[in-house]
Amino acid sequence: MKIVTASDLRTGAVVWWTGSDWSLHVEDAADAGDHADAIIAREQGAQKVCDGQVIEGTRDENGVRPAHIKDRIRALGPTVRPDLTLKPADPDAGNWVI
Amino acid sequence: MAEVQFRFRDDEPVADPAVTVDSFAAQSNAAAVRLEPGDDAALLIPHLERLRLVEVAFPVWTDGRGYSSARTLREAGYTGELRAVGDVLIDQLGQMRRCGFDSFAPEHELDADDAAASFARWDNVYQATGDGRKPIWALRHPA
Amino acid sequence: MYQYDKYDQAMVDARVDEFRDQVARRLAGDITEDQFKPLRLKNGLYLQLHAYMLRVAVPYGTLSGSQMRLLGDIADKYDRGYGHFTTRQNIQYNWIKLEDAPDILADLASVEMHAIQTSGNCIRNISSDQYAGAAADELVDPRPYAELLRQWSSFHPEFLALPRKFKIAVIASETDRAAMLLHDIGIRIVRNDAGEIGAAFYVGGGMGRTPMIAPLIRDFVPLDQLITYAEACLRVYNRHGRRDNKYKARIKILVHEMGKAEYTRQVEAEFAHLLSQDIEPPLAELARIKAQFADPAYETGLADEIDLADPAFARWVASNTHAHKAPGYAIAVVSLKPVGGIPGDASADQIRLMADLARDYSFDELRVTHAQNIVYPHVRKADLFTLWQTLDAAGLATANLDQIGDIIACPGLDYCSLANARSIPVAQKISERFAANGKAEDIGELKLKISGCINACGHHHAGHIGILGVDRKGTENYQLLLGGSEGADCSLGTITGPGFGEDGIVDAVEKATDVYLARRESGERFLDTYRRIGMQPFKEAIYAKESVDG
Repeated sequence: MKIVTASDLRTGAVVWWTGSDWSLHVEDAADAGDHADAIIAREQGAQKVCDGQVIEGTRDENGVRPAHIKDRIRALGPTVRPDLTLKPADPDAGNWVI
Repeated sequence: MAEVQFRFRDDEPVADPAVTVDSFAAQSNAAAVRLEPGDDAALLIPHLERLRLVEVAFPVWTDGRGYSSARTLREAGYTGELRAVGDVLIDQLGQMRRCGFDSFAPEHELDADDAAASFARWDNVYQATGDGRKPIWALRHPA
Repeated sequence: MYQYDKYDQAMVDARVDEFRDQVARRLAGDITEDQFKPLRLKNGLYLQLHAYMLRVAVPYGTLSGSQMRLLGDIADKYDRGYGHFTTRQNIQYNWIKLEDAPDILADLASVEMHAIQTSGNCIRNISSDQYAGAAADELVDPRPYAELLRQWSSFHPEFLALPRKFKIAVIASETDRAAMLLHDIGIRIVRNDAGEIGAAFYVGGGMGRTPMIAPLIRDFVPLDQLITYAEACLRVYNRHGRRDNKYKARIKILVHEMGKAEYTRQVEAEFAHLLSQDIEPPLAELARIKAQFADPAYETGLADEIDLADPAFARWVASNTHAHKAPGYAIAVVSLKPVGGIPGDASADQIRLMADLARDYSFDELRVTHAQNIVYPHVRKADLFTLWQTLDAAGLATANLDQIGDIIACPGLDYCSLANARSIPVAQKISERFAANGKAEDIGELKLKISGCINACGHHHAGHIGILGVDRKGTENYQLLLGGSEGADCSLGTITGPGFGEDGIVDAVEKATDVYLARRESGERFLDTYRRIGMQPFKEAIYAKESVDG
C-alpha cells in the first residue's frame, strides 16, 4: 500500500494520512493510491504538515507495517528509549521494528 | 526583466540593458554588466571607471557567490549601482546590503513592510564589510 | 569565561526577534518550507526522525553552571526530560516543537546562549580543547582566539550561503585534544623562533564520505592578522567550492582538487588584498577578550596528595582525572557513558546536578568534550572524593575515560533521518560485553567510535576502532575499521573486510581486542600494536571460521 506520512508543521510530530485526517498512529494509515502527491501538496499548502513523503507498506491482520526499517522506527519511536515511544508498555515493540 | 523594488541611491537609474561579462569586454561603450555566479568579478576591475551598473545574478539564493562578487567590486573602489537580481528574498536583504548591494530586483515582489524590517534588523554588526558601518569591535575601542 | 557586553546581548536578542518573525511568517504561509528550512537551520532547528531537533551552541565547549542549569530546565520545559551532548561540544534536544522554538531561543538569550549557525551552510560552532585554561601543556588558552573567531563568523554576511557547512577548531598545545586536523580549518596557536605568538592554519580536513587530514597552509599568521587570514580562506572557498554536488562541496574537496599549492596561492593573494581593507579587529579587542579568560582565583598552599584508600574512587581518579597546571588542583571528567547507557545523554536532573557541582567545586565552569563527556576544569584535589561520591550516586562516575566503554556514538537511526543503521544499541552491547568480560581496564586506552551513516557524525574514521552502520538491503549492517586516530598523530581507519550484523560486530570488536591483548608489547596501546603488526593478524582472527563441534 502507498502510505502518506509527514511531520506536523507546528509540533514536528510524525503523522500518517488516514484518508480524511492525520493520525499519530501508523495503524490508522490508509492506502493513498494515486492520490498521494495531491494529498501532500494540499496539506503542505495549508500549512498543516511539512516534509510529506509517500512510503511503501503492507497491511495484514497485525496492522500496518512500513516496508523500510527507518519508517518503522519513525512509526514507533527511538528503540533505545521505549518509554518515549508510542508503545511504552509493549515489550515486543522493538522487535517489530527489525 | 524584474523590476527594481528597493534602491538606496540618489542618482538616476541606468537605463542600459546589462550585458554579459564576455560581451562587456568587447563593447567599449557598455556601462552596465551582469555577473553570473560563476563569473570572476575581478575581470571588471580594470573597467570600473566606465561602469555605472553591475547586476549580480542570484539564480537561487543558496548560491552565495554573488556576495563575494559584490564585496570584491566595492573593495576595488566601485561606486556605481550594485544590484541583486533574481532569487532575492526578504531574509537575505540585510546581508546583501552589507556586502555592498544598493539596489534589489527580486524575481517575485516582496512585502514592503517585511523588507523594511529586514533591512533594519541589526543595530550593530560584528564584521567590517566595507559598507560604511562601524563594526562592534570599533565601537568597543574608539580610536 | 566570556561575558556578553551590551552589543553581544543585543545581537542574540535581535536574532530571537528575527527568528520569531520568520516562524510567524512560515506558519502563516508567507514563506514556503524550501525558503524557511535554511533559515531554521541557521538557528539549529532540524526536522528529524521523530520531531524537530534543536542544537544549542556551546561556544568552544565552555559554559557556566547557570547556563548548564538552564539547559536542564529547557529539557524539562520544552522537551522530554533529557539532552544529548554532541561530538562538536554542543547539546541537542530531540523533541522540540517549532511553535516553541522562538521562546526557547529567548530563554537561551537570557543566559547568553543561542543556537546561531549550529546548522546550515555557514560557519558552525568553533570547537576547542576541553582542558583549555587548565592543562599544563598549552602555550596559551586557545579560547580567546575562538571567541574572536566566533564573533567574526556570526552573521558574517558574505559567508551565509557557503557551498556547505564549515567547521573550525582552535587549539594551543602540541597534544591535539580537539581533532583539529579533521576540521575544515584547524588553527594551532604557536610561538615562532622570534618568540612571537601566532597561528598555524591547517585547511581542508574532514570526515564524512571522503575523510581527509588537513594540510598545513600557513605555518605562522601574526595575531593581528588572524581574522584577515581566516576571511581570505573563506572567500576562496565561497567562490570556488563546488556547488554541483552536495557530497563534494566541502573545502576538503576544493583543497584536494585544486591542490594545496594553488589553494594556498589564492588565499595568499586574497589575504594580501584584504590587508588593505581594515577588517581586522585591533589587538585591544583580543586583549579585552583575553582578560575574561584570566585564571580563576586559585587557592595556594593546598594539599597535593589524594587519599586513594577507596578502590572505586582510586580507579576513577586514575582514569578520569588529568593533571592541572595549578598545584593542588585537578581536571575531572564526568562520564556520560554508563555501562549500557546512551552515549552523551543526560537527564534534566543530571544536568542540573552537574551545574550545581560546577558552582560548588569548579569555579562555576564546565566543558563539553567532543567525546561527549563533561569536564570540571578546576577542582581542588581535596574536593575530588566528595565530587566523585555525588557523581557516583547520580550515575555519572563511570571510570572509563578513553577506555573501550567510553564510546562516541552518533544518535543513529533511532533518532536521525539521515542514518542507515542504529548506533546506540551497538554501543550499549559493546559497553555491556566489556563490563562483563572485565577486560576494559587492562586494554586501557581504546577510542571506539560509531557512526550510523557515512556522514560520520560519530567520527568513526578517527576511531582506534571505528564502526560504520550501513543499510544492506533493508537490514542494518556494520563495517569495522581499525587504526584511526584523531590527535596530532592523525590517521584514518582502515576497513577490515565484510560487514556484520548487530551481534557479529560486538564479537568482532572483542576478537580485535583479544588480538591486541595477545600481541601487545610493553607500553603499547591498541592503536600502537595495530600500527606495529598491521591489519592481517586482526583480520585473521575476526574472520576465522568458528570450529564446529560434533
